This record gives sequence, C-alpha cells and structure tokens, in this order.
Amino acid sequence: MEILAQQLVNGLFIGSVYGLFAVGYTLVFGVLDILNLAHAAVFTLGGLVALWLVDTGGLSIWLAFPTAVLFCGLLGLLLDQVAFAPLRQRADSNFSGLISSIAMAIIFESAALGLFGARTVRFPAHTVSVHIWRWQDLSITSLQVEIVAISLLLMFLLTQFLNKARVGKAIRAVAENDRTARLLGIHVDGIIAFTFFISSALGGAAGILFGLYFDSLSPDMGHSIELKGLAVIVLGGMGSIPGAILGGLAFGLSEVLTVAITGTSNLRDAVAFTVLFTVLVLRPSGILGKKKMREA
Amino acid sequence: MEALQQFLAVYGSLINFLGINSLLALSLYLTLAAGQLSLGSAAFAGIGGYTAGVLTMKLGVPYLPALAAGAVLAGLVGLIIGLPVLRLKGVFLAIATLAFGEVVRIAVLNIDITGGAEGLVGIPNITTTWGIYLSLAIAGYAIAKLRRSRIGWCFESIREDETAASAMGINTTYYKTLSFVLGAVLAGFTGGLYAHLNYIITPREFGFTVAVDLLIYNIVGGIRVWYGPVLGAVLLTSLPEILRAIGITAGPIRMAVNGLILLLVILFLPNGLVSIFQRRGGRKQNTRMDAAPEEA
Repeated sequence: MEILAQQLVNGLFIGSVYGLFAVGYTLVFGVLDILNLAHAAVFTLGGLVALWLVDTGGLSIWLAFPTAVLFCGLLGLLLDQVAFAPLRQRADSNFSGLISSIAMAIIFESAALGLFGARTVRFPAHTVSVHIWRWQDLSITSLQVEIVAISLLLMFLLTQFLNKARVGKAIRAVAENDRTARLLGIHVDGIIAFTFFISSALGGAAGILFGLYFDSLSPDMGHSIELKGLAVIVLGGMGSIPGAILGGLAFGLSEVLTVAITGTSNLRDAVAFTVLFTVLVLRPSGILGKKKMREA
Repeated sequence: MEALQQFLAVYGSLINFLGINSLLALSLYLTLAAGQLSLGSAAFAGIGGYTAGVLTMKLGVPYLPALAAGAVLAGLVGLIIGLPVLRLKGVFLAIATLAFGEVVRIAVLNIDITGGAEGLVGIPNITTTWGIYLSLAIAGYAIAKLRRSRIGWCFESIREDETAASAMGINTTYYKTLSFVLGAVLAGFTGGLYAHLNYIITPREFGFTVAVDLLIYNIVGGIRVWYGPVLGAVLLTSLPEILRAIGITAGPIRMAVNGLILLLVILFLPNGLVSIFQRRGGRKQNTRMDAAPEEA
C-alpha cells in the first residue's frame, strides 16, 4: 500500500512535467490546427541550454532557467517565421506545416547533437539543493515539490493569461476564427508568432524540469516525450488547455500504475498508446475537447 | 567487369537498401494517393518481416510462401485497423496510425517468439538484390497501371475532395480502406524481403523514426507520380554516401542537410523534386499540394 502511495506521488510529479509539455503542444494546435512536431526538439534544446548555462556559464539554476526559457521562446519565433508563416496561405497548411515542423525538428536535433554531443549529460550535483521529506514510508524531495510548483504555476499563469489579458483574448479569438479576428483589427500574424513564443517557452521549461527530475539529458530525449505528449493532448482534447493538464497528470499516473500492477516497465507505454488509440476511435474530440474539434 | 564487382562489393548493401526503402516508400504512397496520411507503414513492414522471419526460421516454411504470409497478415491487420481508423482525418489519422505503430513495436518487444529487444536473430539470408529490384519493378509497374485505372481515379478524387467524391457516388470508405490495405500488403511483403536480407531484425527498425522517414521520402520525391517516392528514397538513402564523397562525415551535419532538404522542398517545391523535371518539360503545374484532404 505504501509503495502504491509512493508510486501515485511519483506519477503526479512526472505527470505535471508531461502536462507542461503538452500545454505548449496543444496551444499551437488550438490556434493553428497544426501539429508542431518540432516541439519536442525545443524541449530538448531547453534542457541542454540550461545545462550549458549552469555548467559552462556558471549561472545558478534560478538564473539559467528563465534565460533558457526565453531562448526557447525565441526559437519558437524562429520556428514560426521559417517553417509556418510562409505556408499559411496554402490550402493544405495543416499538412505542409506538419512536414516543415518535422524538418525543423531534424535541424534542431542536429544542432543539439553538433553543439552538445551525443552523450547523456547531467546537471552538476550542487545545481539544486535537495532535501528529502519523509512521512511514514512516503518520501518526497524538495526538487519534486519545486518541479510540481513551477509546472502548476506556469500552467495557472497561462490559463489566467488566456482568460484575462488582452493578448490572451486575442489568441483565443484567432483560435476561434482567424478571418473574423483580422476583421476585428487583431494583428493575426503577430498573435500567432506570440503563441509560438509562449508554446516553445513552456516546452523549454518542461525540458529543463524533465532534465532535473530524471538527472539526465541527451539530444534524443525528446523522442519519448514527443509521442507521450501527443497521447496527452489527444486524451485531453486537441486544443484544450485544461484537458492537456489533466491528460498529463492522468498519463503520469497511468504510467506508474501500470508498472506497479504488472511489476515490469515493459508494458508502460503499451497501455498509454492503447488508450490513445481507443480514445481516437471512440471519442476523437478527447475528454475535454470542443465539439468543433470532432473530425470523425 | 572487375570495376563493377568492386563497386558492388563496396556499395552492395547500399544498393539493397535503396531498393527496400523505395518499396517501403511506395507502400506509403499507395495510402497517400487516396489522401490518407498514415504513419503506420513501418509497423506493417514489421508485422510482415517478423511473420516471414519466424516462419522460415522456426517453422521451416519456404521463402516465397513465408513472404506471402507476411504480406497477407499485414494486409489483414491493415483491414482490421483501417476500418475504424480511416474515419479520422488528417493529423488525427496520423496520430492514430502512429499509436498503432507504437503498440505493435511494444508488442514485438514483449513477445517471446520475436526475440524481444535483442531482435529476431539467425534469419536465413535468402533475399537477393535481383529479388528486391524485380519486386520494385513489378510494384512500380502495378502502381503506375493502378493510377490510370478506375481505382486510381477514385483514389485521386478522394484525395482532392472527399465530400465531392462521395457525392459523385464513390464508396469512399471502400476505396480508403483499399488504399490502406494495399499499402499494408506491400509494406508487409517488403518487411519480409528485408528480414531475409539481414541476419537479424529488431523492433527499432520499424519504429516511429522509420515511419517519419518514409513520409519524408514521399514528400521530398513528390507524390504526383509513382516514381516520386522512389526518387526521394534513393536520394535520401544515398545522401550519407554522397556527403561522404564530398568530405562531410560528421553525423550532425548529415542530419542537418537531411532536414534542410525537406524544409526547402516543402517551402519551394510543394510537389516534390519530380516537379523540377516536369516544369522543364513545360507541363502544366498544379500548385496545390497533393494529399491535402484537411478542412479547417
């Protein structure tokens, strides 16, 4: 029973990172109807750049974190300008956008390989001071708490921003209908660029937290979370922010529970992808997806 | 003659891979021709490869019946998966086929008869270069013929506009499933060829990365004519050798060139590299991208 409780807590921690990653993923999909497959590459670069700032630059993690996040946001702007903006007028922008995002993912990943090498690296031991709290058989580290706190804070800020701020409302307007938004005087291209900035910044933040949590970073670490992120946003409903958060947590929990129940880690991903497949076939709009997203 | 033998000794395995990748690219092309974006081809190749490999290795079944069995099984799975999944459109279909591919990969990892993560080892080495290219010639001829048949026109009309096609009385479900199953059969057959080319096959060789590669071959080559995917597969598979010939050996640069080619093609040649030749021939260009069934 204690092991189960511990597993649930761990699932919650990793789930919050999945959620943070997926929120950025789903934000772009909600606005543009485009699947940005370069999101995982930005996630990887975020982690590696933060590590470089700490390791070579000698910055404290509390300074390196926002710097790397800002850098990832700028990568998002680059992504939009190079890969998506030129295709926007094309009739098939969802399809060609998917392809050009794959191209950018390859280019980003090769940059990560070229700049940081292929080996697995980790943050220096003193990067964050870790306390361990124990309560009966349950142990929680301060790092875990910080990760959850940062993820939840960022997700909360994003939700508030989209609901309350003027620019946030403009993003939602563009997501609803970009032509109408343009008629209302909204600078649509600027809003889309800004959406990419936020999305990539969040993806980068998730990369840093992921690297800190698992204590390992490598140029191909985006591969596994790319597919999980997809599963999360489909489960939560494409384009839905609360859906992505809940989906992330559910996914983290399902992973640890599968391991706890079957006793091996072999089937961990199989359950997730079976769920993804079933959701797509039975309820393509996901748990919290809007009706208009239904494509079946 | 001696020079030819030396050439074959050095590039023999590359030549085999060119043929295999061309066949796999064509298998995806069959599905794309009807406008269905699938990321499941690699998994079908895996099903065919493992089936054929297990049959010849463990049950002593002759080579050609084993290949046929692999192709048939892949086709059957394609039919079972295709019926529910092809109701989805665009990226949703891509994600569903992707999830299917991952489930297949994980299943192979966890079944005893397939050898798990170490792969199926000791498959008899039967496939010859002639066999591969004979298959490629037959597949190319059949696909070129198919394209100008009633089935081919139905595929094309579904790709251009599914609603209009169905209004014209075309049974879209039937033809979409047919394109999916035909693709699965060819992929399964090629998987069998591939399994008997190497001593060993592993689940990794049929994963997400390969599925994306097959899509890239199609896009770079162009999906307006059947030899487009072959051109893309040949060019990108031999790219590492070409780069080595001009003195570039670093892995990251090779990868970056790959990504750059894809990006430039999608931005400037939406109909793929084959459109260069067609433009020179003065043929009328259709600027609209193929395989663009999405609606907003």
